[in-house]
Amino acid sequence: MADLRDLYQDIILEHSKNPRNYRTLETPDRTAEGFNPLCGDHFTVYLQIGDGKIRDISFQGSGCAISKASASMMTQAVKGKSTEQAEELFQKFHHVVTGKDGATSEELGKLAAFSGVSEYPVRVKCATLAWHALRAALEGEQHAVSTE
Amino acid sequence: MTTATNIAQSPKSIGQTGYDVYTIRKDFPILARKIQGKPLVYLDNAATTQKPQAVIDAMVNYYNSENANIHRGVHTLSEQATESYEQARKMIGRFLNSADAREIVFVRGATEGINLVAQTWGRANVGRGDEIVVSAMEHHSNIVPWQILCEEKGARLRVVPVNDAGELMMEEFEKLLGPKTKLVAIAHVSNALGTVNPVRRIVEMAQQYDVRVLIDGAQAVPHLVVDVCALDCDFYVFSGHKVYGPTGIGALYGKAELLDSMPPYQGGGDMISSVTFEKTLYNRAPQKFEAGTPHVSGTIGLAAALQYVNAIGIDRIAKHEQEVLAYGTRRLLEIPGLRLIGTAKEKEGILSFVLEGIHPHDIGTVLDREGIAIRTGHHCAQPLMQRFGVPATARASLGLYNTVEEMDALADGLRKVREVFA
Repeated sequence: MADLRDLYQDIILEHSKNPRNYRTLETPDRTAEGFNPLCGDHFTVYLQIGDGKIRDISFQGSGCAISKASASMMTQAVKGKSTEQAEELFQKFHHVVTGKDGATSEELGKLAAFSGVSEYPVRVKCATLAWHALRAALEGEQHAVSTE
Repeated sequence: MTTATNIAQSPKSIGQTGYDVYTIRKDFPILARKIQGKPLVYLDNAATTQKPQAVIDAMVNYYNSENANIHRGVHTLSEQATESYEQARKMIGRFLNSADAREIVFVRGATEGINLVAQTWGRANVGRGDEIVVSAMEHHSNIVPWQILCEEKGARLRVVPVNDAGELMMEEFEKLLGPKTKLVAIAHVSNALGTVNPVRRIVEMAQQYDVRVLIDGAQAVPHLVVDVCALDCDFYVFSGHKVYGPTGIGALYGKAELLDSMPPYQGGGDMISSVTFEKTLYNRAPQKFEAGTPHVSGTIGLAAALQYVNAIGIDRIAKHEQEVLAYGTRRLLEIPGLRLIGTAKEKEGILSFVLEGIHPHDIGTVLDREGIAIRTGHHCAQPLMQRFGVPATARASLGLYNTVEEMDALADGLRKVREVFA
């Protein structure tokens, strides 16, 4: 049986209370919204892109501890990365939180703290909400993405 | 401090009702289950209730020794199945105090009952410029079918607002009634707040304008005496699985003259009296609305559930639940940062709340680790969540088997939630 602390690791609780990059960007190149209608979680991700790289990223919105911490740690993880690297990181992150066979949290760095989510299938959507919004922003989609 | 673990060992009765909840709990096999290694504290009864052995046995027995299709064939099994099915209809009729079992239509649940009325009575009687009145505390199932109808017919949906306690604003309701109003569709008890609406008064007021009234009784039937004759409503719907019966079965009550005047719902077998390619004659109500082979075992399970409830007595169940609700309310209000959503004077066993700075989903996950099952989210009432300015709430909802010790377990669990997110 999974311990509660495997899900709510200290770093996750800390980020949920003090989210990083929690602001709007004044002149974002791209923005996208992520919305989970089932629980009302709602985030907007702001991006500044240059030379194929994520120059700056921020987010705002409301949600549970998992979704907020995930958004916060995502902004730290992808800042300065190329859009391809960010997409690759999302793939790895997604594999780990969904508990895919052969998934490894190596190369995930701090994001490995979310590996406990795989024991809580209904919370996967919380952990990936901001990432889906990021992907939508990178792909230039205008409408809000929904995890439903 | 009382914890969830003493539930089974502490048969101290509450109040003077003589209501032995600890014996009653033994009728529900699932309540003996452990969740996350802890005794199950099931507080999600507004979503669905657990089933007593009597209901499970009735359905197993039907499949073991009675199974056949109904209203067909002259063989013994078919006759027995038909008899059980029609007996179940009578049982439901008596439970709601309807004058005639023909006024009871079997449906999948309250949702289908509402859709049936919208698609039959509604399409025949609602036109351009007409108005349908619902309330701000409706479940989506009592909003969306009317929106679909309004869109098709060019009619308008009007909404009765609720006050900060979660009660209908009756003076606003009165203002919405007028010559354009065709129907009032309103919950008897709110699934998200527990508010008991003054449905008798609503019917009286609507009748002054010759307006039909549909009551969504999904959250009322398990908790209070429903008498459709006394209410004098035109339609009343409920779901079997919320009153200790199986899923996939429920009932629509409709006044006989209304049901007779309504066009059919779905076409198929059983709803006809004769078919030719030139002209089909429809069966009488209620068969007119029951196309295809129905959920026979479900009707038998539902009848067994209502019989079970009757054997305990709905009055005694109501009294017991009110005691647990009052105790639970007191315990929850001791928790710092907790805000109850829904504080109506007349309430059924629902405790909807938010904890300052903690998302309901996180509350739900931590409580689950303690074996406590509650619902978190918008409870299929998004407009109501918007009214109270919250994206979601945590909701503990009571059934006839819940105890004061379980309210203690909930309060202890919420303290643990606060520790985790402190």
